[in-house]
Amino acid sequence: MADFVMPKLGADMSAGTLVAWHKKPGDVVRRGDIVAEVETDKGVIEVEIFTSGTIERLLIQPGESVPIGTALATVREEAAAMVGMPSATPKPPAPVKPAAPPTPPAPHVPTGEIGRVRISPSARELARKLEVDPSTVQGTGPRGAITREDIERAAAVRAAPAPAAPPLAADRLTRMRQTIAAAMTRSKREIPHYYLSTTIDMHHAMTWLTEENLKRPVTERLLYGVLLLKVVALALREVPELNAVWADGQVVTSQAIHVGVAISLRRCGLIAPALHDTDRQSLGELMGKFRDLVSRARAGSLRSSELSDPTITVTSLGEQGVETLYPIIYPPQVAIVGFGKVVERPWVADGQVVARPVITATLSADHRVSDGHRGGLFLAAVDRLLQEPSKL
Amino acid sequence: MTPNDIRATVLRALGGVAPEADLKQIQPSVGFREQLDIDSMDFLNFVIGLHKELGVEIPERDYPKLSTLQGCMEYLTPLQDVQHRK
Repeated sequence: MADFVMPKLGADMSAGTLVAWHKKPGDVVRRGDIVAEVETDKGVIEVEIFTSGTIERLLIQPGESVPIGTALATVREEAAAMVGMPSATPKPPAPVKPAAPPTPPAPHVPTGEIGRVRISPSARELARKLEVDPSTVQGTGPRGAITREDIERAAAVRAAPAPAAPPLAADRLTRMRQTIAAAMTRSKREIPHYYLSTTIDMHHAMTWLTEENLKRPVTERLLYGVLLLKVVALALREVPELNAVWADGQVVTSQAIHVGVAISLRRCGLIAPALHDTDRQSLGELMGKFRDLVSRARAGSLRSSELSDPTITVTSLGEQGVETLYPIIYPPQVAIVGFGKVVERPWVADGQVVARPVITATLSADHRVSDGHRGGLFLAAVDRLLQEPSKL
Repeated sequence: MTPNDIRATVLRALGGVAPEADLKQIQPSVGFREQLDIDSMDFLNFVIGLHKELGVEIPERDYPKLSTLQGCMEYLTPLQDVQHRK
């Protein structure tokens, strides 16, 4: 039996309100299915399940607000469901299908085991001090590992009064600002940022893009922002320590590259959901998914994995006329990349001063995880990749 | 298609990308980006909306001509006349 829990969908999300169930007891669910809708400070999110099986019980009713990690439903896992099935001829369990995308990051973190509980040594020590039973705590770390934060939260929830009724929708903007404020304050307090920037010649990229878009129907045209997302993802393969999260006092690098994209909600705040497996998509695929993501972000129908999975964030204020950004890292990520406006500037090419479109790329990175040398190599890779856009 | 039809189509396409906007307040000669806080993704979706509704293929180099309601009318009306004659 497994619990389907209130997920953590942002660095400072502490609770969520169940809006609706998409499944009922007895329904068969597959990994990746949308099971419920949850309202957070960033809107209503469709929550996916990462266990295949059968819904046993719904434990929370729509309208109830509960802390993250709280069991919302119980699920009889696929293997257990097979054991319980009446069958004249015993059959071997059906093979579990490979995980369908979106794929959550599968970083490695050293953890201890208490029965079936994955918990790091320091979190286990904290649990002992705070008298929290780890077997009652839902881990939010890699592969469900219990972190020190999970233990602290469990101790706080135990001591806290019942959660208050959710604020009205009219308060959502205020709540989002509060959420952003909390995340950014935590970032500035805990993360020793360092900042690097470089100016990149966009002549080849913009020329290629113009020619490429001439060949494409209007519905499949590319924005230059998609090139930027792709080069960031590819550059991360060369400097993988920037594609990571800081969890439980250590860096956890991610094999998968899920670039979070900062999307303005037009006077209603900001959200940065993930484009899953950004490095493995063609530019056309990426553009289609980017369009879909922006549309759903503004319509308030993002999925839980899109909020929980980003391994780095890319932000751009070029359209607002900003030339250089100094972005703040979104915890628990360890880096953020900013792009400014593409502007015409004098540029020396082949010994001649010529007018060229250029862009300023900025890296803000966590000095606990990387140094300026590696950050510089990352920006150099971004620059190099943009000089050969046809290979993206 | 009359100019009023084209105007209504443009506003409908705009409404598709900025549903929260009060389209009755659109000023014909002021840029959509300034009035509606739309970005390049919204603008691309706007152009796709026009393409779907009017059947016109708008090259990227002509995007600046569609930045205002007035510009849209000046750009799309002759195109619709040509299509109508076909």
